[in-house]
Amino acid sequence: MHPQFVDYTIIAIYFVFVLGIGFALRGRMKTSEDFFLSGRSIPGWITGLAFMSANLGALEVMGHAANAAKYGMFVNHFYWLAAMPAMCFVGVFMMPFYYGSKVRSVPEFLKRRYDEKTRTLNALSFAVMTLLVSGVDLYAMAILFQRLLNWPFWTSVVASALVVAIYIYLGGLTSSIYNEVLQFFLIVFGFLPLAILGLKAVGGFAGLQAKLPNAGYAHTWANIWRADMNPMGINWFGTIFGLGFVLSFGYWCTDFLVIQRGLAAKDMPAAQRTPLIAAVPKMFFPLMVILPGLVAISYEPVRQLLWDPAKSQYNYNQALPAMLGSLYPSGLLGIGLTALLASFMSGMAGNVTAFNTVWTFDIYQTHINPGKPDRHYLMMGKLATVFAVAAGILTAFIVLQFNNLMDYLQLLFAFFNAPLFGTFLLGMFWKRTSAHSGFWGLLSGIFAGAVHYALYHYKMITYPSDMAANFYQAIVAFVVCFVVTIVVTFFTEPRKEAELVGLVYSLTPKPRNQDLPWYERPGILAVGILGLCVVLNIIFW
Amino acid sequence: MGLDIRLPIGIIFVVYGLILIVFGLLTDPAIFARSLSVNIDLWWGAAMLIFGLFMGGLALRASRQNRP
Repeated sequence: MHPQFVDYTIIAIYFVFVLGIGFALRGRMKTSEDFFLSGRSIPGWITGLAFMSANLGALEVMGHAANAAKYGMFVNHFYWLAAMPAMCFVGVFMMPFYYGSKVRSVPEFLKRRYDEKTRTLNALSFAVMTLLVSGVDLYAMAILFQRLLNWPFWTSVVASALVVAIYIYLGGLTSSIYNEVLQFFLIVFGFLPLAILGLKAVGGFAGLQAKLPNAGYAHTWANIWRADMNPMGINWFGTIFGLGFVLSFGYWCTDFLVIQRGLAAKDMPAAQRTPLIAAVPKMFFPLMVILPGLVAISYEPVRQLLWDPAKSQYNYNQALPAMLGSLYPSGLLGIGLTALLASFMSGMAGNVTAFNTVWTFDIYQTHINPGKPDRHYLMMGKLATVFAVAAGILTAFIVLQFNNLMDYLQLLFAFFNAPLFGTFLLGMFWKRTSAHSGFWGLLSGIFAGAVHYALYHYKMITYPSDMAANFYQAIVAFVVCFVVTIVVTFFTEPRKEAELVGLVYSLTPKPRNQDLPWYERPGILAVGILGLCVVLNIIFW
Repeated sequence: MGLDIRLPIGIIFVVYGLILIVFGLLTDPAIFARSLSVNIDLWWGAAMLIFGLFMGGLALRASRQNRP
């Protein structure tokens, strides 16, 4: 890397703006609703871009570029098979319950639909998972800047954690959302030249296809039919059901990190549009992460940088940074580094705001100290922000002990995210689902995931790749949760229908969108997005 | 919420755009060897400047309409 004064200036200006947004909002946080939910007042396009950006953490950007260099266009499935249908589903079918029931968090919805113990189980597991994940962004950023710029590991961890803590402390969720919108545009403008210069470097798309390690790299679907035909070692069932259904719906439809952005919207149509607006840039994001990953493995100067002669294998994780270093001259390099910083900070801030809300409402207010005036919980939210960031720094240290980032993260996701979608699906669309069944279904789903992980870890069952193991672990956890919830339901009392209005599909009046112009109606937007997505799948089949 | 986020976004993109344009014009062209002999700083700076002006313009228009 070759940063100069101009690049450092660009990075410094970014920090000034991020903190400035926090300071500009500091007088506006008067109630806990302002701090945790932005007073439910934000327009749809802003919450939509924040929804997209909160998901654009370290793994999303660097991880998928690395996966693309390793597996080729198969990785498009994470976008066009996994994210698109799930984002459309949450916008059209699930947001009406989340937003319409006026809950303040995903665990609170579980309390309304099931009971207190279901909520507490989910709140605790979510809080733990969020803290452990927030360290990953810090860790990945610090490692990267240590390698690229020789910044000391702990200096960059503490400095960027401090900045995130300050702007959330001052402006709460609003500050986080506004910064995520700024970060979104910086990420787009920081990475788009990689696609342009990258394509030029390999001689356009035709040149790229000719230079890829094998022809399979240039296809999304062509190698899906048999596990031995694609490098991820996953057959069509594991891909479509595991990734396309369980993992993606589990993440996009139930993870409070993203749902919280929808809850901050100013009205129901804006809340429903939030994931749909996010889906549009998400659909084209392969251009910014997968294409550079493909170029990295085809363009000789970059490929040489990735080769690790000591281990005689490629170091795929460096795909995106190596592309930045090889193709960006000073000046643009500052913008690219700022985009990387922005993605790490937006990912971490998303975790911190989701944690402080769940902690304050679902754990502290519910179990530790109920019935205090609102000011008390506002103060607790600010303290929780400081605590979450400090815990993030500590988890960065834990992550340092793991040699593989992906192992660590999948361990967390597979336990907590996958089964939860079963609980939601049954809760929202089957009114018979009883209050007790949610808790037992969720608990056994988490337990089944743990058993599966142990069996795989101790090699009692084997898969062609870790990624395949993750997909099947998600399937196991989901199916166990789903089946146990149904079985327990038949042995326990159903809830009164009157209590479930606004929480279950068949008992809730449908949102009326007739008076909206066609381009603001969620159903029409979703159909348009899915149609466009099908076209992309066909072009890059 | 009182703060129109388009304004800070507009300002930062205008600032970045101007920095890139000036740097792209004044610097030794040899550094553009790595970007395949394209003065990418100049071109991308112009793109960022235009985007910044567009966002800033939207924010100014909105604030004028809200004024009584």
